[in-house]
Amino acid sequence: MPTITFIQPNNQSRIIEARDGESAMQVATSNGIDEIVAECGGNAMCATCHVYVDEQWIDRLAPMSGDEDALLDGAAAERLPNSRLSCQITMAPELDGLILRLPDRQI
Amino acid sequence: MATIDSIQGATGSGTNAIPHLDVDPFALEFFDDPFPTHARLRDAAPVVYLDKWNVFGVARYAEVHAVLHDPATFCSSRGVGLSDFAKETPWRPPSLILEADPPAHTRTRAVLSRVLSPAVMKQIRDHFAANAEAKIDELLERRSFDAISDLAESYPLSVFPDAMGLKKEGREHLLPYAGLVFNAFGPPNALRQEAIERSAPHQAYVQEQCQRDNLAPGGFGACIHAQVDTGAITAPEAPLLVRSLLSAGIDTTVNGIGAAIYCLARFPDQLARLRQDPALARNAFEEAVRFESPVQTFFRTTTRDVEIGGSRIGEGEKVLMFLASANRDPRRWDNPDQYDITRRTSGHVGFGSGIHMCVGQLVARLEGEVLLTALARKVGGIEITGPVKRRYNNTLRGLESLPVTFTPA
Ligand code: HEM
Ligand code: FES
Repeated sequence: MPTITFIQPNNQSRIIEARDGESAMQVATSNGIDEIVAECGGNAMCATCHVYVDEQWIDRLAPMSGDEDALLDGAAAERLPNSRLSCQITMAPELDGLILRLPDRQI
Repeated sequence: MATIDSIQGATGSGTNAIPHLDVDPFALEFFDDPFPTHARLRDAAPVVYLDKWNVFGVARYAEVHAVLHDPATFCSSRGVGLSDFAKETPWRPPSLILEADPPAHTRTRAVLSRVLSPAVMKQIRDHFAANAEAKIDELLERRSFDAISDLAESYPLSVFPDAMGLKKEGREHLLPYAGLVFNAFGPPNALRQEAIERSAPHQAYVQEQCQRDNLAPGGFGACIHAQVDTGAITAPEAPLLVRSLLSAGIDTTVNGIGAAIYCLARFPDQLARLRQDPALARNAFEEAVRFESPVQTFFRTTTRDVEIGGSRIGEGEKVLMFLASANRDPRRWDNPDQYDITRRTSGHVGFGSGIHMCVGQLVARLEGEVLLTALARKVGGIEITGPVKRRYNNTLRGLESLPVTFTPA
């Protein structure tokens, strides 16, 4: 099972096991990572599941859709080049060890 | 009583029988207290058949979610009410977004998503928040008032029509028009028939306001029309998309806000929690949308024979999704009948889910959040001071009257 390391704004980190096919958002919300709000439930409509993907991982993710790109412009925390929506990151064996930084706010 | 009236014989091998239930989910007695019947529908089977209207029904979270996420099989273009557009003429020209399937839906949806995006919400936020503060101040001065007309209706009416760019005259048609639209999704009962009989002046108003010349620059309406210039939509499509926002953008939030106030009035411990931490305002609103489900139901129509929840449904059948029941399904939620403003609400289907999930959800949440934030800071207590009256609508759940007294913090 692939693992994800979530790094909280205070730099504490948690390593969580994910199931293949689950989204990184689902992994976070089902494991009490409160920094991921996910108001739209993963439908790519709210931008409250924003994460910063660790630099060494960003190029290994599937490219973002136009919808995701537009939504990120409205994210509450600053948009950075490594910003993504965690509901659009689907876990797979090759993402084992993924590192995601959590922004300080989603709303 | 929990009786299953008959069991239809299994139609195919390996499929479960579908129980027939004598439930009318559009009857006034049902609206008075739908929750015990929702439980009965959920417990009967994953798929039920309602003889009263000859429709299939899904009331458990898993099946409601599955139907919402398979728009190719459970389509919207044959209407999301009981009426099947393949067999009956719709009462008005169909919506280009709600009553459309991909690929047509994909294009119109993209337009409204842009008009109501998170980035746009940032621009309107301060204005919506200032109006919310002013509304709560005004009501604290009055002390006793009707939380439906003076708050749940009055606040959205003070922000949304302006955000649309509507003229001041004629706005009194907006709520009756929306009430009509949501009644019309129901069966041909008195609610629907009477609404349609009285519809002409409201329809005339809305049709007129959807025209480009009647929409102020900078508003949502003008932004929709501007998409004609980019080629995203055609000129005749623009007014119909404006109509979608006028149909779905006000009465829904009226009932969402009404639900939140009614919850906070009934559950003082949750009001106390909110006052301690006003940052919970947004989730307190979201939880009210789960708990009361202002939009109770929508239909889909099957485009092929399909097996769902172990049962077979033929092609061309209407399937009623009980969103409100899914939102309280104990198979999905802990303590579903409790209003808990700290609950993880993500995944509720009060705004739908999948490709048709409410395109105005950010507007709704913004209104709910800023209003409950102002309330959390300024209001110490909410007391219900008179008879609570329910308002009946085939799709919307909410109150006609909620007399309350606010005490200052
Ligand atoms: C608490 C308030 C609201 C609730 C509970 C609500 C509920 C819903 C639901 C359940 C759907 C899904 C319909 C389906 O699957 O067939 C929907 C769709 C829609 N809503 Fe909302 N809504 C709310 C507020 C709004 C607002 C404020 C607007 C406009 C600004 C809006 C505009 C729409 C539109 C245009 C659709 C059709 C989307 C599509 O088919 O792709 N709604 N809403
Ligand atoms: S959960 Fe809403 S955009 Fe990801």
